[in-house]
Amino acid sequence: MKSLTLNEKLTRFTINWFFLMIVWVAFTTSFAAQELIVGGIATMLISFFTIPLFTCCTLKLLAPKQLFYMSYYLIIFVRELIKSNVDVARRVITPSLPINPGIVKFKSELPTDFAKMVLANSITLTPGTLSIDIIDDTFYIHWIDVKTTDPEEAFTEIAETFEKILLKIFK
Amino acid sequence: MSIYEIIGSVLSLIGASFLFLGGLGIYRMPDVYNRLQAGTKATTLGAMSLILGVGVIKMEDSWTWIVKAIIIIVFIAISNPISSHALSRAMYHRKNFPFIKSKDKNMDAYREVFEEMEKKKEDKK
Amino acid sequence: MIYIFYITLLLLTLGMIFSIIRFVKGPTAGDRTVALDTMTTLMVAGLFVLGAIFDRFIYVDVALIYGVLGFIGVIVIARYLEGAL
Repeated sequence: MKSLTLNEKLTRFTINWFFLMIVWVAFTTSFAAQELIVGGIATMLISFFTIPLFTCCTLKLLAPKQLFYMSYYLIIFVRELIKSNVDVARRVITPSLPINPGIVKFKSELPTDFAKMVLANSITLTPGTLSIDIIDDTFYIHWIDVKTTDPEEAFTEIAETFEKILLKIFK
Repeated sequence: MSIYEIIGSVLSLIGASFLFLGGLGIYRMPDVYNRLQAGTKATTLGAMSLILGVGVIKMEDSWTWIVKAIIIIVFIAISNPISSHALSRAMYHRKNFPFIKSKDKNMDAYREVFEEMEKKKEDKK
Repeated sequence: MIYIFYITLLLLTLGMIFSIIRFVKGPTAGDRTVALDTMTTLMVAGLFVLGAIFDRFIYVDVALIYGVLGFIGVIVIARYLEGAL
């Protein structure tokens, strides 16, 4: 692991502290003084000791453009989630069980591991797909109703809408 | 009945029916991957919708319910896909190959990579 | 109003019964773990509804911790089945 400059360390420390404090207030759901003081000390210690661990997020993610694309991603994600649930429900209720399962693969060009993780988790929650493994840039996806085994067609079918937005967020 | 109660009841009934369908899917599907598909998706949206519905019903009395509801929703949305991914990968590495209807060889794209990995392990021994 | 909660609990119980059948029947360990995972999520939602019925806020905290522990349990079982533990 490469060593960090003091400036980077301070930025990470502050971001961690800020988000942990938000989580603390949400957990305790009170603004009493003693709770805030204990929470402040605890979260400060945690964020001090985890400076080298949380390396994925910088303040760049909170720029207005990124925030806009994140909310857009959230809307698309919820839409796909509802679609996938109706799809699964339809398959479960139908007495003949209309499935044709198989495993397909495709390549993605996302830059960082964190972005790949977000894409894999989103794929798991979209209609009929479940991510099994990621090796380098290749995703292996279990598909409940295989329409094509060609990698590029599978990519346009499964992941294109998500990847376009993720590329804009993590560039 | 207030507007909160109406919205909340609709959300919780939708969520409960999806949770029920998730349980039914676990029972009906033929192999572990399809069961994961039904289990993960249906229970994720079901639990999210049901918890949000209860939070909205309780919103009239206090704001704490909805905050905790949102924490649980975020946690479920993050944790469910991760556990299903870990489980599916573990099952494949135990040579529990997926149920495939057609005899097409291309239908299991992960198989060759997996066999290469197994070979490497054997060579190391 | 309270009838809505009763109907949701009834549906949750039916889903729970189906996953318990799978848990008992399941031919492999993976099937049983899937059923366990589903039961955890159902139970988190059920605890939230129970907290609303009895009007006790502490049930919500119990649900949250139950969810976290269930998630960790499933991850540990998966790692064990994979042979990496």
